[in-house]
Amino acid sequence: MDLIIRRGHIVDPSQGIDFIGSIYIENGLIVKIENTGTTVEPGITRVLDASGLYVFPGLVDMHAHLREPGFEYKETIKSGTSAAVKGGFTSVCCMPNTKPVNDNETVAEFIVKKALSEGFCNVFPIGAITKRQEGVELAEMGMMKDAGCVAFSDDGRPVTDSLLMRRALEYSKVFSSPIISHAEDLSLSNNGVMNEGYLSTTLGLRGIPAASEVIAIKRDIELAALTGGRLHIAHCSTAGGVRAIREAKRDGIYVTAETCPHYFHLTEAETGGYNTAAKVNPPLRTKKDVEAVREGLIDGTIDVIATDHAPHHRDDKLCEFDRAAFGISGFETAFSLSLALVKGGLLTLNQLIEKMTIRPAQILGLSKGSLREGVEADIVIADLNKDFIVDPEQFVSKGKNTPFNGWRLSGMPVITICKGKVKYHLNNSLMAEGI
Amino acid sequence: MLTRELLNESDIARMLSRMAHEIIERNEGCENVCIVGIHRAGVYIARRLSEKIRLIEGVTIAVASLDISFYRDDLNRRKNHPIVRKTEMPIDINDKKIILVDDVLYTGRTIRAAMDALNDFGRPAQIQLAVLIDRGHRELPIRADYVGKNIPTSRSENIKVLLKEDADHDMVLVIRDDPDV
Amino acid sequence: MDKDLLDIKSAATADIELILNTASSFKDVLSRDIKKVPTLRGKTAVNLFFEPSTRTKTSFELAEKRLSTDVINFVVPSSSVAKGETLYDTIKTIESYGIDFIIIRHQFSGVPHFISRISKASVINAGDGINEHPTQALLDAFTIKEQKGTIAGLKIAIVGDISHSRVAKSNIYCLKKLGADIRLIAPHTLIPTGIENDVTEIYHDIESGIADIDVIMTLRIQQERQSGGFFSSTDEYFKFWGLTLKRLGKARPDVIVMHPGPMNRGVEIASEVADSRHSVINTQVTNGLAVRMAVLYLLDSARPRK
Repeated sequence: MDLIIRRGHIVDPSQGIDFIGSIYIENGLIVKIENTGTTVEPGITRVLDASGLYVFPGLVDMHAHLREPGFEYKETIKSGTSAAVKGGFTSVCCMPNTKPVNDNETVAEFIVKKALSEGFCNVFPIGAITKRQEGVELAEMGMMKDAGCVAFSDDGRPVTDSLLMRRALEYSKVFSSPIISHAEDLSLSNNGVMNEGYLSTTLGLRGIPAASEVIAIKRDIELAALTGGRLHIAHCSTAGGVRAIREAKRDGIYVTAETCPHYFHLTEAETGGYNTAAKVNPPLRTKKDVEAVREGLIDGTIDVIATDHAPHHRDDKLCEFDRAAFGISGFETAFSLSLALVKGGLLTLNQLIEKMTIRPAQILGLSKGSLREGVEADIVIADLNKDFIVDPEQFVSKGKNTPFNGWRLSGMPVITICKGKVKYHLNNSLMAEGI
Repeated sequence: MLTRELLNESDIARMLSRMAHEIIERNEGCENVCIVGIHRAGVYIARRLSEKIRLIEGVTIAVASLDISFYRDDLNRRKNHPIVRKTEMPIDINDKKIILVDDVLYTGRTIRAAMDALNDFGRPAQIQLAVLIDRGHRELPIRADYVGKNIPTSRSENIKVLLKEDADHDMVLVIRDDPDV
Repeated sequence: MDKDLLDIKSAATADIELILNTASSFKDVLSRDIKKVPTLRGKTAVNLFFEPSTRTKTSFELAEKRLSTDVINFVVPSSSVAKGETLYDTIKTIESYGIDFIIIRHQFSGVPHFISRISKASVINAGDGINEHPTQALLDAFTIKEQKGTIAGLKIAIVGDISHSRVAKSNIYCLKKLGADIRLIAPHTLIPTGIENDVTEIYHDIESGIADIDVIMTLRIQQERQSGGFFSSTDEYFKFWGLTLKRLGKARPDVIVMHPGPMNRGVEIASEVADSRHSVINTQVTNGLAVRMAVLYLLDSARPRK
């Protein structure tokens, strides 16, 4: 036995586990999980005492930007995965809007290899739907799948051509890979930079109406119904979008959806004073939308909480609002912000962990997000009562861009284990027993 | 803070009468003379002097008012810029004898600013200075032609001229900031 | 007063009134033979214009010179900005000259606010994107007050492209603070989302909107809005929303007509109206100078002293 985690409160929705017990790890795999007392083999086993702490499957983020290759000044696979494990994630999926775009097996292989040699956790690339994300010709999905891609998306530059989107949903069926839709009607968004409403008028900023997202979600749902393809809606931000997904699911259309912590915590008001840290796409919406997104999480309309971790360099945000980059650095706050839903009584802990572990893994067809015996030991140990104040300067991500600066949050990962190895620990005192 | 009344209403009236006589005497009448008061108390005093001269000579002398905010040399030092009041210069001051009027002559900087301001309206033949109180401590080579009363003061003291135009009584007060001195 | 004039929406009503009162003294200065005062001698202003502007830049420049301020003009054609240095670096460079005022015109909203956060100088918004143009609103308010004696209770109509007009936005906030009754008149496409919260009434038909109006402000209609689908043609616009003498007849007999310039005669305003006795368009230009002098004078004192 290489490692035993004992006396921790284990929650694993994939197996319906919710008890205080022990996890046994050998050769990087979980070999046993039990809720009885631990039998320690003296001398040869390292033991991690998780008393008072919670033990979850390592979190799975199905929507992140690691920026490498091409934008290493914003983030690298190394810095990004280092931030991911600090945030409790052991598997992250990186979007293809790199330079060059991840639209072929070479780029996909580069990312996979780089992650294996430098990464702190599992990295699963998401390939582009179309070549160069230009929305004209389908990219080589099959080759990318073989190179390690787990889904396809033209994130940030949605496929505007409905026929092409139809083909993508049809073609990807062969590879059982979901098409992830950044749902936005670009012509309606009209180069907007924040949510359209009274506030955008007051600030004199071009608005992106909620309808821009809702229309695109509805189109893609219709195409999913038409094709039977696997559609996943990324970062749902609107009440109308939640409603459309709910109706589609009720009608038996196979669609899944995610949202991000900023969409269930923040409104467009954050944009006041031209705060570029709150510039994100889709934009922060209204209180009504925040309520609807929360409602969608509660009733299961929204399957997954992802980060949409979008790190940017200081210069990309320290500028005119119109010129500032869209995006929020999310790895290091996502778990705590999501846990707030549990603390607020909106979700059970089991529901939350499900949305951050087994659900994204299922959607992507990964054997992750679970503490089943025999799987790789990706585990996060969290102290749900530890308070901290968000300080972007303390982020290990290169992207310090967060609108949550100064927020007091409660609960954080203290140890993250990937493939049986400790990749992050809050402080050495937790490692007392020989790790 | 210690406040002491130095001059009362009748003191002030007597001083103004004497100054009016001096102005008439020095200018051999009041032809070509006009009076310019510096906001705010200077304007009230200017009007009173004009009225006294009218009673003595039977001639009405034009009164103008001057706001010197735009000409001050202490804008950099002040926390707030002064409230700008209306400058009313209904007369052509070119080749006129100007009696510039203020309530208290102290450092001389206000008078310097007032002369700069006047110069932007034209080229007077002469500028004479009339003040109700001269309290000393000049920082510029400026001297009054007509003085109601010389009151030697220390810099820690402050002279306040209250006039019925915006106070209950005519009164000159000396205010000392630190009673221990 | 704050050290900056970034917008009217966050300006205190008392400050607006102080600016208007002070402007009246500067207007007197402008009527003299010697129109210059030494007030801001030794101060330096940078006119930083990222958008072409003749009127506003000239007005600011003259206002600065009348106050004896040293003036630097920094005109940056917007096309070259993308490849050039960042705005942050531009501001930091300019600041190194030890300047006191930055007058900023930019095609993006919120740029004056951004500059204000990174600069110690007094920042004056000379028009930012589709956000605000505060000194225009102040000079309009000054003009109305001069013409009508008061602003409170007046019925004031703003006609035209409200959606893309920073002039309209600033005027709405300013006149609302000063107690006017504001009506907007425009087709639905040119009314921005939520603006009904800030005005008394919105009309889409000029004939009814203009009834009993004391003041009518017409806004410039930009040709490019036609291609944006906001209206179909300038001819049609003029037919339905153009200010003609006939339409003006429905307003109060002493109505005044204003326009921030430059005018498109025959698009938003008929020539006969622009040249009529109701027009105060040229007075607006003179008043712009006095108001900008007042703003410079008052902001100067609001900057923290060493």
